Amino acid sequence: MILVNQKHQVAWHKGITIRDVLKIMNYTYPHMAVRVNGTPVLDDQYDTYTIPDEADVRVIHLIAGG
Amino acid sequence: MNEAKAKLHVLSEFTYTPSTVERGYTGQTLYVNVGDGTIKGKPVTEDMKEKFIGGRGFDLWLLWQGINDSTKWNDPENEIVIASGPCGGTTQYPGSGKSIAVSISPLTHVPIDSNAGGHYGPYLKFSGWDAIEVQGKAEKDVFVYVDGPAGIVQIIEAPEDSPTDTHMLGHWLNDHFAASEKDKQQMSFVTAGIGSDHSYIGCLNFSLYDRKRHDLRYKQAGRGGIGTVFRDKKIKALIVKSFPVKGDSNHPADMERIAATGADMQHEVATFDPVQNRMRSRGTSYLVQIMNDYDLLPVHNYKFGAHPDTPKINGDIWEAQYTQNMPDGCWYGCTVACAHAVDAYEVRTGPYKGQRVIVDGPEYETIAGCGSNCGIFEPWALLEINFYCDTYGIDTISFGTGMAFVMECYEAGILDKEKTGGLDLHFGKAEETLEVMHQLARGEGFGKIFGMGIRQMKQYFVEHFDADPQFVQDIGMEAKGLEYSEYLTKESLAQQGGYGLTNKGPQHDEAWLIFMDQVNNQLPTFEDKAEALHYFPMWRTWFGLCGFCKLPWNDVVDPKNSLSAEPAKIPHHVQNYVEIYSGVTGKEVTTDDLIDMSERVYNLQRVMNIRLGYGLRDHDAIPYRSAGPVTEEEYLSRQERYDDQIREWFDKDPETMTTQEKMALHREYREGRYEKLIDAVYKRRGWSPNGVPTVEKLQQLGIDYPDVVAIVKKYL
Repeated sequence: MILVNQKHQVAWHKGITIRDVLKIMNYTYPHMAVRVNGTPVLDDQYDTYTIPDEADVRVIHLIAGG
Repeated sequence: MNEAKAKLHVLSEFTYTPSTVERGYTGQTLYVNVGDGTIKGKPVTEDMKEKFIGGRGFDLWLLWQGINDSTKWNDPENEIVIASGPCGGTTQYPGSGKSIAVSISPLTHVPIDSNAGGHYGPYLKFSGWDAIEVQGKAEKDVFVYVDGPAGIVQIIEAPEDSPTDTHMLGHWLNDHFAASEKDKQQMSFVTAGIGSDHSYIGCLNFSLYDRKRHDLRYKQAGRGGIGTVFRDKKIKALIVKSFPVKGDSNHPADMERIAATGADMQHEVATFDPVQNRMRSRGTSYLVQIMNDYDLLPVHNYKFGAHPDTPKINGDIWEAQYTQNMPDGCWYGCTVACAHAVDAYEVRTGPYKGQRVIVDGPEYETIAGCGSNCGIFEPWALLEINFYCDTYGIDTISFGTGMAFVMECYEAGILDKEKTGGLDLHFGKAEETLEVMHQLARGEGFGKIFGMGIRQMKQYFVEHFDADPQFVQDIGMEAKGLEYSEYLTKESLAQQGGYGLTNKGPQHDEAWLIFMDQVNNQLPTFEDKAEALHYFPMWRTWFGLCGFCKLPWNDVVDPKNSLSAEPAKIPHHVQNYVEIYSGVTGKEVTTDDLIDMSERVYNLQRVMNIRLGYGLRDHDAIPYRSAGPVTEEEYLSRQERYDDQIREWFDKDPETMTTQEKMALHREYREGRYEKLIDAVYKRRGWSPNGVPTVEKLQQLGIDYPDVVAIVKKYL
């Protein structure tokens, strides 16, 4: 299981990527800061960075309104 | 000289030698009394610059001195004060041309601040004035004309045949005040419209001459009814003719520093905007689909957060409608350039039916407020509403939120055709919405009632239509008398505070924390939320002190920002602002200093509210619709979420409870935690439990002036 933003649980499977988690969460905003177990992951790695089981994933949407 | 201008009747005139702008300041503000004809300059002291910086700070300080403890919005001593700020008019850094207007609001009865693009504020400065302060009430309609190159200020009688509505008046002013194309480029107007004559939700339009279109365009200082004050003073237009704008018109202390910082930011915009929010191609309309995807878009008077028809009014639609397909800035040098427009729109209703006009926008707030919140998903209707709001001088946010309230009242049976003069005002009724607008502009029928704003409509519906006071209080989305802007806050306690714990009323430019709180879960404790409700309102206030637009701060960001310790603050952009401010003014500051600057102004504004009989804890209350589900329909639409919360928060089984029981449990809890949030925020801000800045706080900020301290002492 993966914990997203300390409140949402996402089922883990081998090879699950940042992009997969964003899709499951319906996180469509194009600009986010992602950290996996405290390690920053840049957006050019979203398709390739595989998330370990039991990971703490923080997805910070860098959006602050009009 | 334009011959048409020479024929106008000058009521009062003042001549001056324009001060050279030095390090962002001219050192003088302009005072104009349209009632008795007084025109004079006032010195800007070093203390004023040090304490209040400029822009909204100057506005509030001048207003503080101009009014008394019992001044109402329509008293002659109420003022409209407009300023840009020391960095306003910078052309090297995006978003540096804002004007900020302040006045006592007819909706809230306390100071409202509202910002706009366009050219007026910077042009006023480059004509020799750091701010304009207009007081008094004229007997007949007037123009206030500032001509920097000629060194004159005039109060001019507006001929009876001059238009009032903005898009007509703008052309008239160009015909009468500009002698050449170059003149048009160096002029800017502030106008309202007949909607401001007949409602409390009037806005101000700030013009810019679009060199590509060879026509006028307008940006709106929409909030709080300043347009209503403007027309109550019988002002038809503020007009400024400026010296030509140059890259160093501010005569900054360190031009190279500004240029280097600007170049770095311009590079970021060019590189990242196309793959991020695409402000340059679709402006703030990009937000519509995002808000819908995260269940945060206001739908049907904030009952719901998403709607299947949203793709009919999302950014894709507007990008296709915006003409010229090129970046459209509202100030020189702004590469974010989000100020898009639809050209040659053929008006379908009302007095301008058949005219082809430029529609500025629509921007997110207008699309969400007049669109999804009213159940209107027809782009033509949103263009028509947007156009008429602008030319009539009506705030699109108050209009949209007010109409959403009316539509829910209609569906709840409080209103019917008999009460609306035959109008069917169910959600989604676009033509009828436009008819309300035209009635409002004429001061007739149901439109006249509507123009009072939600707070007064609530009272009217109770007194005349037998409405349930609790129900209209719960669903009428206003706080302090100001209509909410367009975000759904039920699941973000921090944003409930972001709207409720404001000085001017629920406008997102003070704090917008929905994503940090609800989506990112970055603010889990009351103390976390309180810290955010201290930092972000202060940070956002700072833009208005200096003449900056907020958008370049966080709508285009280098992805490396993700590696910073506090990515939500966009630290390298905050540092950019330190560089620009120091580069313009020559004062070396830190990022913490920027927050201190804002705190002084913010606390002065809070004390001003108290001075005028408001500004205490009771006045920070919010309608329950912003905190939780008011109706069973709302509860059932998100039943899974609410039932899960009952299990999590109360350790109860929702299966054993009626919907009404569950709603009551939610309400008690949600209202209670808002009170706890107030306690935490007041403590963080240095205010008493009743919301009053303490004497120690005023001393710490250096604004412990005797008259300021005397006001708070009454409540401590």
